[in-house]
Amino acid sequence: MSADPVPADLDLLYDDVEEGLRASVRSLLADRCPWSAVLERVETDAPTDVALWKELAAMGVAGLPVPERLGGAGATLRETAVAAEELGRAVAPVPFLGSAVLATTALLAAGGEAADGALARLASGEVSAALAVPLATAPDTPFPQTVRYAPGAPGSTSSPDSPADGRAASGTLTGEVGGVADASTAGILVVPAVGADGPGLYLVEADSSVRLPVTSLDLTRPLATVRFDGAAARPVATGPAAADALHTALVSGAAVLASEQLGVAEWALTTTVDYLKTRYQFGRPVGSFQAVKHRLADLWVAVSQARAVARNAASAAVHGGPEAALDAALAQAFVSDTAVLAAEEAVQLHGGIGFTWEHPTHLYLKRAKADALALGSADRHRMTIARLADLPPAQWEA
Amino acid sequence: MTDPAPLDAAAARARVAEFVAAHDPRTTDPAAFLGARFDAGLAWVHFPEGAGGLGAPRALQPTIDAEFARLGAAPVQREGLVIGLGMAAPTILAFGTPAQRYRYLRPLYTGEEVWCQLFSEPGAGSDLAALGTRAVRDGDSWILNGQKVWTSLAHRARWAILIARTDPDLPKHRGISYFICDMHSPGVEVRPLRQLTGEAEFNEVYLTDVRIADSQRLGEPGEGWRVAQTTLMNERVSIAGHAEPREGGVIALVTELWRTRPELRTPGLHDTLLRLWVDAEAARLTKERLRQQLAAGQPGPEGSAAKLSFARINQEVAGLELDLLGGEGLTYDDWSFRRPAGIPFAERVPGFHYLRTKGNSIEGGTSEILRTIIAERVLGLPAEPRTDKDTAWKDLPR
Ligand SMILES: Cc1cc2nc3c(=O)[nH]c(=O)nc-3n(C[C@H](O)[C@H](O)[C@H](O)COP(=O)(O)OP(=O)(O)OC[C@H]3O[C@@H](n4cnc5c(N)ncnc54)[C@H](O)[C@@H]3O)c2cc1C
Repeated sequence: MSADPVPADLDLLYDDVEEGLRASVRSLLADRCPWSAVLERVETDAPTDVALWKELAAMGVAGLPVPERLGGAGATLRETAVAAEELGRAVAPVPFLGSAVLATTALLAAGGEAADGALARLASGEVSAALAVPLATAPDTPFPQTVRYAPGAPGSTSSPDSPADGRAASGTLTGEVGGVADASTAGILVVPAVGADGPGLYLVEADSSVRLPVTSLDLTRPLATVRFDGAAARPVATGPAAADALHTALVSGAAVLASEQLGVAEWALTTTVDYLKTRYQFGRPVGSFQAVKHRLADLWVAVSQARAVARNAASAAVHGGPEAALDAALAQAFVSDTAVLAAEEAVQLHGGIGFTWEHPTHLYLKRAKADALALGSADRHRMTIARLADLPPAQWEA
Repeated sequence: MTDPAPLDAAAARARVAEFVAAHDPRTTDPAAFLGARFDAGLAWVHFPEGAGGLGAPRALQPTIDAEFARLGAAPVQREGLVIGLGMAAPTILAFGTPAQRYRYLRPLYTGEEVWCQLFSEPGAGSDLAALGTRAVRDGDSWILNGQKVWTSLAHRARWAILIARTDPDLPKHRGISYFICDMHSPGVEVRPLRQLTGEAEFNEVYLTDVRIADSQRLGEPGEGWRVAQTTLMNERVSIAGHAEPREGGVIALVTELWRTRPELRTPGLHDTLLRLWVDAEAARLTKERLRQQLAAGQPGPEGSAAKLSFARINQEVAGLELDLLGGEGLTYDDWSFRRPAGIPFAERVPGFHYLRTKGNSIEGGTSEILRTIIAERVLGLPAEPRTDKDTAWKDLPR
């Protein structure tokens, strides 16, 4: 896969490499991840499809933006976003967002030997990772304070495991983080924590933490509370570099998530249109009634716009900087609402069947709504826009 | 014709540079400059040689326009030419005889001859095919009688594109023919029609025994509806040759106000502003994506959505502008019954913005009709059952 820069005047389109990636991911998912299989799996105690994740990793999907020297695909967040679109379209229960997007972009931003070691393991699919922040964390949230770092070798009470790169720990973590996505199946945790020297980003072997699964609104994306009781940890970034790496990861995550949401919205629109062409009431296809048609036309317009906005955010994320943060906020503010609307319209326009457990629409409704809350609500992102686009809120005069 | 090598972007740019070197835009009379540009085939490059083009791919036009702009020959706002350039020209190109192309296209392009569109009638708006203006054959010409309405620019136009009924016994879509009408002919009477802004941009046009030579017909008799489709397809948001910057559209009216007048800010309007900012950016990026698709030679169906989105955004921006201004929004510039003075939209008073944008969702096809078009042509939803399609026009209820 090539990481040739896309010309700026074509950066909202998909190039041939991206279309090729889309086709292979889509065909694997069609084969291995039909909605009926997803529905069956999410009620078991192994909702995440680890075997599917290994197959996706074999295609390069676990390490798209990871450099080739670390065993990654050497691509960019644009290709990552294309994979996200397809995974969203299939509501695939794999740790893509937590591992291949959030943890990966945090480690890439941090850099260094320890981060490289972990990235190589993630890209190969040997293990997956999670970024230990609540999934609802918005990019401009202050650095998390719930986990403390203490230097020095782990005490006898802590886990005997070595830290993620197999070397001696430099210290330990103590504290708790709720609502972490993709943590239960992760082998590695990337943990923001604060110590005497300020913020840091640490690597922890996941089984040296305690992970308590919670019942999540989105059945296809499991959440867990993660507790550290003196877990052995190794720093990958400290001080402002740690805060920057976390911010970069959350901005990249918000940008790529928009493409996942686009995939969800496209599924909802297409499925609904197809259904209404064949569902007859009053002697005609329901899709011939204007009240229904106009709603679908408006939805199609919104989904077309979501595509442009999501592509724009992915391209901006490749370049980084303040524009990337603004474009990611724009994408979240727009696409979150669009995906939720698409899923809600899908439920309504399917009638009774759309309200049943045995129909896939609820999987998409739950994913759409959970995605809208993930990495900051649309309103939260509008506040970010207010700050970054210089549209300040009203002030009360004293 | 003589040169089989297809023109590429570099060659197109070279031609422009050569042209500008030979016709200094600072010293050449604007109409003469445009005439020479037409003769050089750089007016609309996809038109054939001799008709203002070079028979080259349409995708090269944005490159050519951008190169003209770069070399200091940006097209000045060609107010009054929208109908000629946007609708008459592509129709004449598609259906005109060589003689018709030769006669009309050059002065149309240079702006020496203004065009108007005599389509809508009091009884035929959205349902344009129901029109009742009659054209009756008389030897080598046709005699027209009827009334047209909402005709923009009729008072300045030298020529009109016009559709009329030539066979009332056929179903409505089949008995229509398409003509070029000389607005200076005897029997053409233009009466100003005042709109809710106070001004008269448009007119009523009465046609009494107007004689049109058969050589002024476009397409075969009875084929007028098909010809009109070409005209109407082109009646949509024109796609600029270059990317529009962030806040490049009407949204700037309210963002500037927000930044420079902190005393106008309230929390509720802040939320409205941010939502509109997001929607305006989404529409801008969608239009930019459409431009990129055209440039890459893969036009998409998003064009039909652009007018729908911009109509809504323009109206909401103008409404917000008044809400922000409060008491200052209570005044208006001039209610007198007059022709528009050619002042750019942005420079008019906010009350005018509010009122004029109401027409955006009516002119050029209403938003309701556009939704139906998207639902049927893009999404492929079935048409509603109709009783008017196979009935002779003269027997339709009205
Ligand atoms: C500023 C301005 C400039 C114009 N310039 C020109 C011009 O230069 N030349 C020209 O020929 N025309 C021009 N028009 C006319 C314009 O194209 C028509 O006004 C428009 O197509 C609507 O037709 P109508 O006014 O007859 O409304 P109608 O067709 O009577 O519509 C009335 C309402 O019913 C709705 N409606 C109609 N049919 C349906 C349906 N099947 N389903 C759902 N809703 C429906 C419409 O959306 C509208 O809300 C202009 C109009 C304006 C406002």
